[in-house]
Amino acid sequence: MEFLQPATWEEALEARAASRDAVPIAGGTDVMVGINFGRLRPALLLDLTRVPELQQWGTDDGAVRLGAGVPYARVITELGDRLPGLAMAARTIGSPQIRNRGTVGGNLATASPAGDAHPALLAAGAEVEVASVRGTRRIPVADFYRGVKRSALADDELVAAVRIPPRTGPQQYSKIGTRNAMVIAVAAFGLALHPDRRAVGTGIGSAAPTPRRAPAAEEFLAGELDGLWESRAELPPATAARFGELVAGAAAPIDDVRGTARYRVHALSVMARRTLTWAWADYRKGDPACA
Amino acid sequence: MRLTCTVNGDRHEVDDVWEGESLLYVLRERMGLPGSKNACEQGECGSCTVYLDGVPVCACLVAAGQAQGREVGTVEGLAGPGELHPVQEAFLEAGAVQCGFCTPGLLVATDDLVRRSRAEGRRPADAEIREALAGNLCRCTGYEKILDAVRLAADRMAGEAR
Repeated sequence: MEFLQPATWEEALEARAASRDAVPIAGGTDVMVGINFGRLRPALLLDLTRVPELQQWGTDDGAVRLGAGVPYARVITELGDRLPGLAMAARTIGSPQIRNRGTVGGNLATASPAGDAHPALLAAGAEVEVASVRGTRRIPVADFYRGVKRSALADDELVAAVRIPPRTGPQQYSKIGTRNAMVIAVAAFGLALHPDRRAVGTGIGSAAPTPRRAPAAEEFLAGELDGLWESRAELPPATAARFGELVAGAAAPIDDVRGTARYRVHALSVMARRTLTWAWADYRKGDPACA
Repeated sequence: MRLTCTVNGDRHEVDDVWEGESLLYVLRERMGLPGSKNACEQGECGSCTVYLDGVPVCACLVAAGQAQGREVGTVEGLAGPGELHPVQEAFLEAGAVQCGFCTPGLLVATDDLVRRSRAEGRRPADAEIREALAGNLCRCTGYEKILDAVRLAADRMAGEAR
């Protein structure tokens, strides 16, 4: 096994282009488990932790551009105000030790249907910025996931950053597991209200071969909220319940060791109804950030 | 490959490190520092918690090469030779040690929590203690005494804050 530690982004992309079977490593929370258990024996480990550009975030063209190597702990402490949905998702991940190492870029590159960041990124309408020696391209996050642990990333590309529109309204995130810490989600749901464009964003985790949106639920709710955005009136309980049903209807779960398909569908309908109720209550309070 | 890093303030240089090796393996098997324990090797149990550049991490999930040139702090470095750190004393006094396998990781995680709260001039609330130790499993399930030990350590270290 070779170990390469590029000091610049250019070097990292050149190394990726030269060795298509290299395994990139950042926080190591997936890769090292594979190596420790003898399941992964890459010819080359490409360590991205020394690339300064990946460790930074900034604002660019109205979006937060989050470097692929920023750990979850920093998303929580530095971006909770701008990206509340992603910060909530980050708080549910692993333990303090894991959040100090694990990265959103790693979550994307691994592309597990159970990755905790995905529902929040889908709901917010994020774009993944990927790069190779050939150039840089942006992929809407909903098109990034291509199958169980498969993504749109080509074999010479690395995740550079994820670009996330800052909140314009309340965001929520909910995850079901056997306990609070250290669990892989049985099912997860992310919700973002976008009052600026009178739209609703959703993201489903752990209940389909890939993370996915619930488009019918988004359209239904946006229609129901027509007029309510201005009046900030109470949301009829039937609307929240129907939203929950439509979110559950968008899932395509399986039975596995963590839970049954039936339970996952039920859990999604409950999480969708609850997160909408919480988010709308926040919106009615007239949170200044959504004015 | 050769790995050079600082561990508990001392510069260490080791040769013939396998590229897929974890920092935990290097510490235990190549540097003679077996305090950090190897239990799950997947970041679930926290028994191998060490500081990497001052931040608590699972040493089993750090590739050896990622520690190149970095500062590592292990349970062996909490107190000087023949001495006990206030967190270690508190664990002893509170009876927070049963089989002891999870203890080194808990000591490092507790030290981090207590140091952070002390820097902010306050004592950690119970909910904060639970959250800070959420990544450290005790299979003897002696959590109540562990929480007692953390409170005791926090009280004592707050006393020395000035």
